[in-house]
Amino acid sequence: MISADLNIILPEIVLAVFAMLALIGAVYTGKDKLAPVLVWASAAVMLLMAIWIGTTGGQDQTAFWGMFTDDAFARFAKVAILLSAAVVLLMSEGYMSRHGLLRFEYPVLVLLSVVGMMVMVSAGDLMTLYMGLELQSLALYVVASLRRDSERSTEAGLKYFVLGALSSGLLLYGASLVYGFAGTTLFSGVIAAATEGHMSLGLLIGLVLMISGLAFKVSAVPFHMWTPDVYEGSPTPVTAFFATAPKVAAMGLFARLLFDAFGGAIADWSQVVALLSLLSMFLGAIAAIGQRNIKRLMAYSSITHMGFALMGLAAGTAFGVQAMLVYMAIYVTMNVGTFAFILSLSREGQPVTDIGALGMYSKREPGKALAMLVLLFSLAGVPPLVGFFGKLYVLQAAYGGGLAWLAVAGVIASVISAYYYLRIVFFMYFGEEREEALDTGGSPVLWGCLMVSAFLMVAGVVNLFGVEGAAAAAAATLVN
Amino acid sequence: MADFFSTPLGTFVIILAQCLAVLGFVMISLLFLVYGDRKIWAAVQMRRGPNVVGTFGILQSVADALKYVLKEVVIPAGSDKAVFMLAPMISFVMSMIAWAVIPFSDGWVLSDINVAILYVFAISSLEVYGVIMGGWASNSKYPFLGSLRSAAQMISYEVSIGLIIIGVIISTGSMNFGSIVHAQDTGWGFFGWYWLPHFPMVFLFFISALAETNRPPFDLPEAESELVAGYQVEYSATPFLLFMAGEYIAIFLMCALTSLLFFGGWLSPIPGLPDGALWMVGKMAFFFFIFAMVKAITPRYRYDQLMRLGWKVFLPFSLVWVVFVSFAAKFGWFWGIFARWTTGG
Amino acid sequence: MTVFAFYLFALCTIVGGLFTVISRNPVHSVLWLILAFLSSAGLFVLLGAEFVAMLLVIVYVGAVAVLFLFVVMMLDVDFAELRAGMAKYMPLALLIGVILLMQLGMAFGAWETSEIAATQLSAPAPLAAETQNTAALGLLLYDRYFLLFQLAGLILLVAMIGAIVLTLRHRQDVKRQNVLAQMYRDPKKAMELRDVKPGQGL
Repeated sequence: MISADLNIILPEIVLAVFAMLALIGAVYTGKDKLAPVLVWASAAVMLLMAIWIGTTGGQDQTAFWGMFTDDAFARFAKVAILLSAAVVLLMSEGYMSRHGLLRFEYPVLVLLSVVGMMVMVSAGDLMTLYMGLELQSLALYVVASLRRDSERSTEAGLKYFVLGALSSGLLLYGASLVYGFAGTTLFSGVIAAATEGHMSLGLLIGLVLMISGLAFKVSAVPFHMWTPDVYEGSPTPVTAFFATAPKVAAMGLFARLLFDAFGGAIADWSQVVALLSLLSMFLGAIAAIGQRNIKRLMAYSSITHMGFALMGLAAGTAFGVQAMLVYMAIYVTMNVGTFAFILSLSREGQPVTDIGALGMYSKREPGKALAMLVLLFSLAGVPPLVGFFGKLYVLQAAYGGGLAWLAVAGVIASVISAYYYLRIVFFMYFGEEREEALDTGGSPVLWGCLMVSAFLMVAGVVNLFGVEGAAAAAAATLVN
Repeated sequence: MADFFSTPLGTFVIILAQCLAVLGFVMISLLFLVYGDRKIWAAVQMRRGPNVVGTFGILQSVADALKYVLKEVVIPAGSDKAVFMLAPMISFVMSMIAWAVIPFSDGWVLSDINVAILYVFAISSLEVYGVIMGGWASNSKYPFLGSLRSAAQMISYEVSIGLIIIGVIISTGSMNFGSIVHAQDTGWGFFGWYWLPHFPMVFLFFISALAETNRPPFDLPEAESELVAGYQVEYSATPFLLFMAGEYIAIFLMCALTSLLFFGGWLSPIPGLPDGALWMVGKMAFFFFIFAMVKAITPRYRYDQLMRLGWKVFLPFSLVWVVFVSFAAKFGWFWGIFARWTTGG
Repeated sequence: MTVFAFYLFALCTIVGGLFTVISRNPVHSVLWLILAFLSSAGLFVLLGAEFVAMLLVIVYVGAVAVLFLFVVMMLDVDFAELRAGMAKYMPLALLIGVILLMQLGMAFGAWETSEIAATQLSAPAPLAAETQNTAALGLLLYDRYFLLFQLAGLILLVAMIGAIVLTLRHRQDVKRQNVLAQMYRDPKKAMELRDVKPGQGL
């Protein structure tokens, strides 16, 4: 029995064991001298696992008495998480070692947090959900304050920790209510108790509290307050990490909870999620306008994008989930490219985050500026780039799910948010040239990530590389 | 008459009498332990030790106790009075109530609970509060430093004591002292006891017990050369007596634990001789003798050495030992001496 | 007798909790907290959960609360100053508290054990009469909840790594004791015997 179960969680076991071996190995040998090797090795292991999970996907199965689910949805999310985490880890090596932050614990913590994310998207039980979530967040709190001599970074870590603990508290409060009123923590049991029209008040309150807790993790308004500060204060590669893999995992968990545990009462949560989505889109779009710091700007941008992704969930249909998954895949790809660009910005070796410094960047680095232009257009959802199709998907899903008003609001928010993306483009092509210019050149890894990401934004227009099909299959397993 | 003892009142009277019997035993032992401690210490240093009150000074402890009780209790003006008075009481009571689950012979135990060993462990982890509270409430530098040292020290060594106990629990399959002793009753007498399979752990347990009870060479909380007398500086008369009595009772408890866990409790070392409480008391006295000898012949550790020993030597070693014991017990290595689930629990 | 013990422990728990909150002195707060922990351990014993009770004492009272006390004793917190800020946020805190209380009231006021919940509420643990609760807990933890148990272990590992990463600073300028090096020192290399003639020196 247990060996069959262990077989199902083998990818997680491999990653966890690798992380522990890496930790022991580094402690007993070269310590931080081993860090670059560990970064590459961890990224390689994660890539391998992504390929493994992506290619071997068999039928859906559950392990540990239903506490752990391995289905097409989990596999889709896991591949996205692993790929993005691996790429971000690779991108971070140069930056971290330049600023003396490349400690051997960094890849280990990233690996462990990825294990947590994989558990999150496979959760089949409230307890698994919480364990995965805590494993993920605890590692993230630490990497947020990795630059421990900087006040900003410490503040980011602390703020993230305190608010994260608060959200975990809300989540647990909700989970305990759900357990009390459903009589079990298994999603398969909760869904039997939580049927439309028969939702007891306790279950409903529990559900709302759990949604609030998860909204913290995906940084949806009104639970977004930590996002800009944490994005700004953390070391930039860590910010890049925050903006990608954890977001996918949190959205995956969100979908899993809503459909696996509360799929019988869609009408009860659809309104709440729609509200979160609406607020996130607008606040993200409007608050980003005043930002000069590109990391803060990306924080608000991610809030807006989470709003769009939640729109897919709010629809409450299989197509909605598919749209959400496609949207998240595209979002992650765009963000990897954008952060590769941000990471490569420096002046005399010091990182630059002020967007004013980008004045006439196109003159100095035409290739990178062009790639960034593509990415920003895609982020803004300008047709015919891939970002547009992502938005189109969720809007369609919302319309199909009977939330036409939300779709309209989404279009408006999208137009507002286009302003600040295009402003960066304006700076790059028409802005004032500064006295002290930005450095040119830079790491080939970053350049490669930027270019590949931008290329995908253009080339993906043809068929989105088959993501649609995989996402549809994934959504089908979740919603039935 | 038999009817009376089955009524609620009668049961209460019986329990009370049993409690008093244990209490009496411990308190009387205490008098002779303190006396014995001083005598042994003196003998090692070629002094005479107490020799005035009573024959061979045997009543010295009684005289000291009377003196402590009759003297005036001095409470420093700046102290936190409630906590100041509470601390010695906690120290004394905590070391007393642990005796509730210690069996002196087969079935001679106040409360025969399943989690007895955890109970003792829990109570001994509470003893640190007496020291911490006393040090803090005195509102003075040396006591405070002493209590800080003590808090860190006792927690550090509790960890390894816990792990060592786990090894014994795995071997027995039970946490009841009776079961643990029965598991050591193999018919081989002395060589059937747990000290043989758990050989290295006996030493670790004994040393951790020294540290846990703040005995030399680990008496840093009261190190007189640096801290005058640590947390006890401001205490006088009866509160001081309580502290000191608590300390000695805790030491005696550790002796009882050592004999129960590793040396067969009330079992006779030679097959054929009858088992009984006398063996138990004899073993406890023997281990107290070793405690006293250690005090007499070892110099005090430095604080960083103490911490290093606890965390970097004892903890990894006992952790590895737990893993080893679990494998040995599960797969019946070494002729099954690590797994005594049938005879024990 | 059991009823008396229950009310005693329950009262102590509540009083301990109350004074933890309202004590002016943080050290007293921790001491009251310890009382609350101990009393709840007593409640566990009354429930027949002796293993959990002992663990509560060992882990929370014996280790966690000691470290609490350790930290609190060394901090010189001016509570009057902290209280001043509290008044400002009091209305908001009260509002949140009242809302949570209302939610609780609503949830439990409308407590209806639906049939589905009742059927699902089957205890996975074996009966107390059949096995000791230490063994029962062990079977559950290492079998049914194996995954969760291991994940909890990973979380603790992350917490440990985190604490070390964020606080450990290796100081290069201090001399450290290398015990093994000291023990393996060879007298032949460390010292030299010379025969010093009187009045000549070396």
